[in-house]
Amino acid sequence: MKRDPANNISVTGVPSPKSWREIPIGGVITDAGNSEEYHTGGWRSFRPIWDWQKCVNCKVCWIYCPDGSIRIRDGAVAGIDLDYCKGCGICSKECPHDAIKMIEESAAEAEAKVKQ
Amino acid sequence: MVLNLEPISVERDLLAPGHRLCAGCAETIVVRQILHAVGEPVIVASSTGCLEVATSPYPYTSWRVPWIHSAFENAASTISGVETMYRALVKRGKIEDKGLKFVVFAGDGATYDIGLQFISGAMERGHRFLYVCLNNEAYMNTGIQRSSATPFGAWTTTSPVGKETPGKTQHRKDITAIFAAHNIPFVAQAAPHAWRDLMSKAKKAIAADGPSFINVIVPCQRGWRYAPGDTIELSRLAVDTCVWSLYEVVDGEWRLNYYPNPKKPVTDWLKSQGRFQHLLKPENKHVVDILQAEVDRQWTKLLERCKVS
Amino acid sequence: MTLQKVKGIPVALEGDRAVAEAMRQMNPDVVAAYPITPQTEIVMRFSDFVASGEVETEFIPVESEHASMSACIGASAAGGRVQTASSGAGIALMWEVLWVASGSRLPIVMHVVNRSLSAPLNIHCDHSDSIGMRDAGWVQLYDEDVQEAYDNAIQVVRIAEHPDVLLPTIHALDGFILGHSVERLEKLPDEAVTEFIGTYTPAYPLLDVEHPLSYGPMDLQDYFFEHKRQQAEAMVHALDVVAQVAEEYGDLTGRYHSLIEGYRLDDADFVTVMLGSTVGTAKCAVDLMREQGVKAGLLKIRCFRPFPAAAVAEALADRKAIAVLDRSLSFGAQINPLCLEVIGALYSHGFAPKLINYVYGLGGRDTVPAQICEIYQELVRIDREGVTGSVLRYLAVRD
Repeated sequence: MKRDPANNISVTGVPSPKSWREIPIGGVITDAGNSEEYHTGGWRSFRPIWDWQKCVNCKVCWIYCPDGSIRIRDGAVAGIDLDYCKGCGICSKECPHDAIKMIEESAAEAEAKVKQ
Repeated sequence: MVLNLEPISVERDLLAPGHRLCAGCAETIVVRQILHAVGEPVIVASSTGCLEVATSPYPYTSWRVPWIHSAFENAASTISGVETMYRALVKRGKIEDKGLKFVVFAGDGATYDIGLQFISGAMERGHRFLYVCLNNEAYMNTGIQRSSATPFGAWTTTSPVGKETPGKTQHRKDITAIFAAHNIPFVAQAAPHAWRDLMSKAKKAIAADGPSFINVIVPCQRGWRYAPGDTIELSRLAVDTCVWSLYEVVDGEWRLNYYPNPKKPVTDWLKSQGRFQHLLKPENKHVVDILQAEVDRQWTKLLERCKVS
Repeated sequence: MTLQKVKGIPVALEGDRAVAEAMRQMNPDVVAAYPITPQTEIVMRFSDFVASGEVETEFIPVESEHASMSACIGASAAGGRVQTASSGAGIALMWEVLWVASGSRLPIVMHVVNRSLSAPLNIHCDHSDSIGMRDAGWVQLYDEDVQEAYDNAIQVVRIAEHPDVLLPTIHALDGFILGHSVERLEKLPDEAVTEFIGTYTPAYPLLDVEHPLSYGPMDLQDYFFEHKRQQAEAMVHALDVVAQVAEEYGDLTGRYHSLIEGYRLDDADFVTVMLGSTVGTAKCAVDLMREQGVKAGLLKIRCFRPFPAAAVAEALADRKAIAVLDRSLSFGAQINPLCLEVIGALYSHGFAPKLINYVYGLGGRDTVPAQICEIYQELVRIDREGVTGSVLRYLAVRD
């Protein structure tokens, strides 16, 4: 059963807090990099929209992203990982080719609904 | 050392996403750049601070490499212990020598203030580790209190602007020069917009035979009061106004890495952030003059040290 | 069963040197320590062993005690055997990170040479330093004499590293009184020490880059309490482990020291209770009182954390009067730390004997048999008159 360890709520919604007998001692975390399970995309109030036609793969966005949210596939920029992107807008501001624009998250969500 | 993003960008980040740092935080930009430059196998120690709390809210961790936090002031001592145990166990044949590298990430409060003695001790003893100061010029994790890295005139919650004081009334200390005076093999200042410079410094630092120190300015949108998307632009502006200079001290030799042309006035820097807004009022012009004079004095001193005419 | 005892090697050493000798024989992976009177001899002597190659230990000559405990934390988390030594103000400076060591479940061993806490400045013995860290989550043993300082120095490694414990551990020897006094003791052959302490396999080695761990995370309302509950449980286990290790060490050396020890206790009506070197002084007083026909006895507390409450209650039940001697002062408390534990043990086991608490020996104030004889005489008086009077008293302070 997959759990969200932050609030001990299982995906079924049943609280399943771990007891002191079940967790490693000393506060040690053994699951390296498990913050991936925590999606920070929900913080976003602006969404980056990447234009692949303008992108020249310079990867300036990648080196400046605080959240490692620029997807690289086969050595090329492949979009933005909205699970983690907090919408800071650095990529948009620093892109030398104006290939990323920021739009309001609410507008983006509304647009997505219309498309569905 | 020419760095190209093509091969680096296909490597996995050693810091996982899902961390809780603010949108637009420069700290993780710097951590990502440095860890890509240093590479595995690496062990990281952190002092208490924004990076530490935001990357390790139990039961989550963003660290894909071994990581340890002990307390606020003692990251340098902690890594001293880790590094020494590594040498001890290798020497005794208990573990294999895998060429482990050791990196500390700590804030300016932990570096300039509460941890100064610990870092000094670790540097004097000569442990082989890279200490990176993520310098956002105040105690941001506790809510923007002044540190000895906070610049003259800046508003913080413990150097507020009032009838009697126009923000902080002291200049910051030159911690990079203090560590250079420890005669360690590599000391530098860097900034995240200059990623190639920063990453090549990290590579030199980690290759040094002994302690190394990089002081990196990390713009903080909450503490400096600016829009999150401007983080890299502010890093650039800091360097172009000479409030933050890029240089390195390699085996005692000072080298300037960037000469701004034109050198922009400090008012450009002040205008860019809410923490300096009070200084733009006419009655505070004398404060700006003092700050500009100090920036010029430090810049001139740096040029002399770097033998740049 | 006949026990195969190892033949000891008689030597004459000061307490500090006996501890340093035990450290040489244990040959830890890393020692990080800072000099402070009266622990200094340990650091100096151990540095000699490092310099001469008599140990393989990496020694970190840190710039403060806070740094020494911080380096011990890093080294222990890395995954090897770590020791340090300190006293008084040094332990006070470590205070913050003592909790990090125990909270991170790192089996660091600290040899404590007891010293008072300033101000005014005083370098001599009392227990303010180690008693001051009583709630920091460290197992605590107290040494009666130099022999026991040596013996406990070796046993604490086994206690700390036991998989059911994994807690940092101290043993404490009285500064100057034991630390700088030469006594005859029997040390073990090097190989017997090596065999007794065995090898250490860390539960969570930070240096294992194949299995990256995060140590010392931010741990808030969700799990912090669970981690503290684990520490409490480890202390419960430590009670058994201290006794087991003592038994095993006794089988090796013939010297059995367990959680508590009685002296002429079986038929004693009047009992004193204490920690550390004053036990030796009090034994002398017990003998003197017995010569006078007073049924005196004493109870030595060897293990203070975890506190062996059941054993203490059993040992003290049905006595006519008891005096607990504290070598530290908890300002404003009704009674002092050791006495608090003893009363708690008695009460929770249904006993309420007449009991008084003496603070003694602060800042190295000499404690002699005649003073302890006076305590026994007071206990006799309390029993005779049936009136306890003031519970809290001060021994040998000028009024």
